[in-house]
Amino acid sequence: MEDAAVEVRDLVKRYGRVTAVDHLDLRCRRGEVTAVLGPNGAGKTSTIEICEGFRTADSGSVRVLGRAPDDPELKPRIGIMLQSGGVPQAARAGEWLRLVSRFHAHPLDPQALLDRLGLSDHARTPYRRLSGGQQQRLGLAAAVIGRPELVFLDEPTAGLDPQARHACWDMVRELRAAGVSVVLTTHHMDEAEKLSDHVVIIDRGRVVAEGSPAELTGAERQLRFRARPGLNLDEVLSALPPGSAAKESPAGHYIIEGQVDPSLLATVTAWCATEGVTTEDLSIERRTLEDVFLELTGRELR
Amino acid sequence: MTTLDLSPAPGAAPLAQMVLAQAGAEVRATLRNGEQLLLTLIIPILLLVGFSKAPFLDVEGPRVDFVAPGVLALAVLSTAFTGQAIATGFERRYGVLKRLGATPLSRTGLMLAKTAAVIVVEVLQIVVLVLVALALGWAPHGNPLTVALLVVLGTAAFSGLGLLMAGTLRAEATLAGANLVYLLLLALGGVVLPVSAFPESIRPLLEILPITALTDGVRSVLTGVGGFPVGAALVLLSWAVLALAAAARWFRWE
Repeated sequence: MEDAAVEVRDLVKRYGRVTAVDHLDLRCRRGEVTAVLGPNGAGKTSTIEICEGFRTADSGSVRVLGRAPDDPELKPRIGIMLQSGGVPQAARAGEWLRLVSRFHAHPLDPQALLDRLGLSDHARTPYRRLSGGQQQRLGLAAAVIGRPELVFLDEPTAGLDPQARHACWDMVRELRAAGVSVVLTTHHMDEAEKLSDHVVIIDRGRVVAEGSPAELTGAERQLRFRARPGLNLDEVLSALPPGSAAKESPAGHYIIEGQVDPSLLATVTAWCATEGVTTEDLSIERRTLEDVFLELTGRELR
Repeated sequence: MTTLDLSPAPGAAPLAQMVLAQAGAEVRATLRNGEQLLLTLIIPILLLVGFSKAPFLDVEGPRVDFVAPGVLALAVLSTAFTGQAIATGFERRYGVLKRLGATPLSRTGLMLAKTAAVIVVEVLQIVVLVLVALALGWAPHGNPLTVALLVVLGTAAFSGLGLLMAGTLRAEATLAGANLVYLLLLALGGVVLPVSAFPESIRPLLEILPITALTDGVRSVLTGVGGFPVGAALVLLSWAVLALAAAARWFRWE
């Protein structure tokens, strides 16, 4: 019990007739990075904002660092990055960060933090004139400046360019190395895979899978290649051992799953040769978190 | 690359430090905002100079003695009500109130900071307006402490009304509404036009407006015509209690 940074049990949150969070359980261990993955509308932000004390649960229990989320004693101990906004439009970046630092007993040096996140040239720029990525980085800076025990990051890299995304990832890794617990939501599978100790996939307000990235993607491997669209996969399947699977998704991209070994590779390439098919980008890969995610939450847009 | 010690060392700063920091940020924001300065300083100064110099007014004694108290009341209205309503409305709209709610600064601390910021701006306004009025030949009478008490009551009443508006309406509606109310109260509340200029039938209505109570109260003290303005103080106190209670009841943080 004591090692949980966040402990959510049987959480329910409804907005009118819509059930956003439907009997959800979530446990984030101290000192770990937990990624909450899910499609839009899955209930990620509702869950996080209940943990942050911004919203109240309809039922269920939520403990954050062993306390109720609205406990004022928690405020200095947790750092929060909202999905967007939260800063006065006319406030200058450096002034805003200095202001937030003044609310804490042992803050980081605002200037050092600006330097670290590449914002020192914009210290005097009003918030509304910062780019989206700069605004996100300022939000991240404000979340960590009070040296919290637990940090909530709601889609921290949404809309960031690659450099800024890497800066954010480095910060998350450093937080983890310093013993800070991190809970982040994201759409980016690679982000969850790279950064987190524990991944929780939620959909329609419920947890559909959780585990370490390795546990979720499993040992199973797959053979991928590109070729002209519309190959008859039933033919190749008949030549493969039972239990294998083949699919074309999207058109021209083929995935063969099963016991991926040299003989399977030979069978597939031999079949391609007899069909006169040239394959490109043939590779053997582990399943990615994205594959797991799409399997669990479906491919249809919503 | 700069190394940062991210190891946890959480703790809230002392309340006074948090409130001072937040109040300082709010004062800076007000003084930097051109539209706010128009309402808080430029319009009051123009009215003070214009109505003291030009022979529009038919009042007893020097015109500046009539206009200066009204303009001081307008200064309180502009900062405690209009400026605070607009600023808070947009803070609510942009999630600033929500974000501040996640810091160690409590809501009580935030309200203290907002009150302190309003008072600091009012003091600056009053200093500037008094200097301009003195330059125009103003000869104030009365007890400055009585004026200060009326200003405090007026500030409480207008802050309550401003926060009620900011906490219940959309930011754009607050922007429009707060400016409209400023203009209406400027025209109707005895700021530069005496209430006696309006028809007898609507005067009782005008006299229970908070701005009218403030202008009448401050004016009666500073022109030295009466004792303590009990009626004006009671009207302001009533507005303050009602408006602050309503704001506490209906203010929505998000």
